[in-house]
Amino acid sequence: MRLHMESFAATVDRAWGLLVGLDAHLVQIVARSLVVSGSACTIACTLGLAMGAWLGIARFRGRGAVLTVLNTSLALPSVVVGLVVYLLLSRSGPLGFMGWLFSLKAMVVAQTILVLPVAAALTRQVVEDVESNSGEQLRSLGAGVAMRALLIAWDERYALLTVVIACFGRAIAEVGAVMVVGGNMEGFTRVMTTAIALETEKGDLPLALALGAVLLAVVLFLNALIAVVRRWRLSTIDQPMLQEIAA
Amino acid sequence: MSGLIQARGVDVSFGRVRALTAVDLRIARGERVAIIGGNGSGKSTLLRLLHGLVQPSRGSVLRDGHARQAMLFQRPYLLRASAINNVAIGLWLRGGVSWAEARGRALLSLGRVGLGAHSQRNARALSGGQQQRLALARAWSLAPDVLFLDEPTSNLDPHGKREVEALMEEFAQGGMTLVFASHNLGQVKRLASRVVYLEEGRVLADLSVQSFFDREVLGRTSHDAALFVKGELA
Repeated sequence: MRLHMESFAATVDRAWGLLVGLDAHLVQIVARSLVVSGSACTIACTLGLAMGAWLGIARFRGRGAVLTVLNTSLALPSVVVGLVVYLLLSRSGPLGFMGWLFSLKAMVVAQTILVLPVAAALTRQVVEDVESNSGEQLRSLGAGVAMRALLIAWDERYALLTVVIACFGRAIAEVGAVMVVGGNMEGFTRVMTTAIALETEKGDLPLALALGAVLLAVVLFLNALIAVVRRWRLSTIDQPMLQEIAA
Repeated sequence: MSGLIQARGVDVSFGRVRALTAVDLRIARGERVAIIGGNGSGKSTLLRLLHGLVQPSRGSVLRDGHARQAMLFQRPYLLRASAINNVAIGLWLRGGVSWAEARGRALLSLGRVGLGAHSQRNARALSGGQQQRLALARAWSLAPDVLFLDEPTSNLDPHGKREVEALMEEFAQGGMTLVFASHNLGQVKRLASRVVYLEEGRVLADLSVQSFFDREVLGRTSHDAALFVKGELA
């Protein structure tokens, strides 16, 4: 028991040492994670916000089916996304000629596919809520579908910023897809989540623990950011409404 | 057609719910038409129909193609932007003006409703009465020939009500046609030249304001409308 306690204390101590010493290996993995997830989040949110805003306004035959597919894809297991991207990018797959498998590009593609439905579905909900309450007022002013989508998305920018942050959180914390399509190669495609899985398996607990701490810190930072954005949003809008509530 | 807007035998349905039935109505230039009736009688739907936001399920609505329209809603939707930009966006959306020109005209419109000093304030930080006046400025800036107003003062305190009513009076005196829904019979007396009474989506009375508030005339026209007015006045 005592031996175990000493071992645990030593692991924490070494992990702390890696963190405060800004261990090069650790920093490299963290930086790679941020680049991959940041790129995937940028692409997914650019497409997802536009798609979601349009879906929130447009009415067309088959819209219900599209929304069902979109909402279902929110629950896509990351390993399934990894598998599909793997099949597409493997040498015998339809996109095999690109040579992206086991590269950062493949990891970005996989995370983009994983995060895109989240961005689109949440944006759609935000925009549709405003459209159903106030869209006719913009129509009355002469705004068509695209302009209403643009105006409402802009007007709900604080809510959509929360969506972007949530998307980044989803991307950086996933392990299945990047493991499958990236291959978890040291110095090349190893990111925080895949490194934690591998190092734990190998028994190199200090590095796994240090990476886990960084990952938790990133997620904590994102949650704090969401709270700040929400508070900022409340402080800049609907003041008469808040005054009414307070009264 | 004669007049600005004419509805002929219009039904409006939302799914299985029929909101308007066999509505015949003609709005002439310069009129001040009050649409009254109980909750769910179809007042808002009729305004939206005349403005073009709702399409008839049956019948037709003819509009003077040269007449400009605008609408003021019970709870105006204002963007998270300055008051001046909220007015300018309306002008810009209608087209034909640059953003700089739209802002210049927006400032004039804000001055018209007494909000010139608040042009740079966040629209959502304004009081309820100021927000409604801002929405009026946005509507007025479009120089509409006909302005639809859906219970424009129902959320306002007495001071806010007076301010908005004064602006409506000024707009009407300037030649603008007003079509407004209201629960406030005092307001109807003060502002309207004509009253349309709706019940369950049907027009039961369409009279001049003097005739509508003449119990004898109203009693001959519509027993239900007479009861409605009695109930409101009690």
